[in-house]
Amino acid sequence: MRHLLSAADLSLTDVGSILDLAEEMADVQHRSIKKLPALRGRTVVNLFFEDSTRTRSSFEIAGKWLSADVINISAKGSSVSKGESLRDTVLTVAAMGVDALVIRHAASGAPQQVTGWIDAQVINAGDGMHEHPTQALLDSFTLRKHFGADSGVDAFAGRRIAIVGDITHSRVARSNVILLKKLGATPILVAPPTLLPSGVDSWGCEVSHDLDQVITGVDAVMMLRVQRERMSGGYFPTPREYTVGYGLTRDRVAALKPGTAICHPGPMNRGLEISADAADAANSLILDQVAAGVAVRMSVLYHLLGGEGES
Amino acid sequence: MAHQILETNRGASGLVLAGIPRRGVPLAERLAVAIEAAEGVRVPVGALDITMYRDDLRSQPTRPVGHTRMPGDIDDAVVVLVDDVLFSGRTVRAALDALGDLGRPRAVRLAVLVDRGHRQLPVRADHVGKNLPTSADERVLVRLAETDGVNEVVITKATKTDPDAATPARTGSSEGAN
Repeated sequence: MRHLLSAADLSLTDVGSILDLAEEMADVQHRSIKKLPALRGRTVVNLFFEDSTRTRSSFEIAGKWLSADVINISAKGSSVSKGESLRDTVLTVAAMGVDALVIRHAASGAPQQVTGWIDAQVINAGDGMHEHPTQALLDSFTLRKHFGADSGVDAFAGRRIAIVGDITHSRVARSNVILLKKLGATPILVAPPTLLPSGVDSWGCEVSHDLDQVITGVDAVMMLRVQRERMSGGYFPTPREYTVGYGLTRDRVAALKPGTAICHPGPMNRGLEISADAADAANSLILDQVAAGVAVRMSVLYHLLGGEGES
Repeated sequence: MAHQILETNRGASGLVLAGIPRRGVPLAERLAVAIEAAEGVRVPVGALDITMYRDDLRSQPTRPVGHTRMPGDIDDAVVVLVDDVLFSGRTVRAALDALGDLGRPRAVRLAVLVDRGHRQLPVRADHVGKNLPTSADERVLVRLAETDGVNEVVITKATKTDPDAATPARTGSSEGAN
């Protein structure tokens, strides 16, 4: 594996291997010395053209715990804010001799484009409305643990997982649909018609507009953030109405089967798509997802940079 | 070897056996059984994967990482590293680094089933099952019932397509080239 641009790039074997190694990496978090020498002498640049807390910091911690030199560049406070183009920024960074570029950009396909300009390996940390493959990997990692399987990828066979909310603008939803289907689970997209992208039929998923009908029969609910910054308006009448139709309210939490996992990629709009009762429920895996972020990204960095050439 | 370990340690107290995957782990288990038979004490056994600590990590395709599971705290324990074959000594160096990231043992000792010589680092085993003089272009294969279905030690001539034997500078893969 040279780059990680899409969940579709990963074979089932790759996914199994990444999730299994993430289990080992998760143990490193409990050690007194959180350091492995695997990426000593390698340089990883986090190039973030959009704001991020957890993705950027977990890539940073992951790289550092593997002994790589990690540099963070964000659009704000860099030459990007002076008008430098993506290509010039990337070429400048690459000219400094970096081994890998973790890139987040508002334009779908930007990381793919970057691979054509430089030799460094590229990891997609979220591109526009396209994909966020490491988020999908960490969601699968968290769910696999919740379903009680520490190894193997068959924990997902027959599992039904609702992905609820703003599917149109969600790169997390796209990557999760690809990965969960690959693992044998059945993703069900739940959203108002205005928040479903055109061509959703070709995703090969069940689609519903009725959350109450779906949630009683699923093994996990993945709530998506209502991305107000991407919305020019008109997707739903009022936030209140959205919550009534598609929010994970206290009543809906009560309607879930016992043990149904509650996931959210964060940051949460509490009271809009998810209630405080749901976010803080015993079966909420939201903080497990954050913890898994470091382990999964360590595993991804090791798989991409841990050796030379194709394995 | 179990008796040697007990003699050096003056009993089984404070001992931890750390097998280096793959074949060091079942060997460590076997030693624990032998020690229990002799002393009536069950010595904890762990597995210490050294993949991430290898000095040739960068020159190879990405290697699969094994399990590291240590039985509790190793601070102030006497850790006996267990491996199948001692060759260049690079695996042991990596294991010492890996151990250093897990804690600070009171002492670290090395037990190997076969010492085949050809050291590239100043490493010596404390407990050796069998010294096996070999030439550098030979391979020593240890097979265990637990991992290979049979117990045997085989010396083979390296073929040209066998990179392990042709370049003993690499740390081992439990295939006798270590």
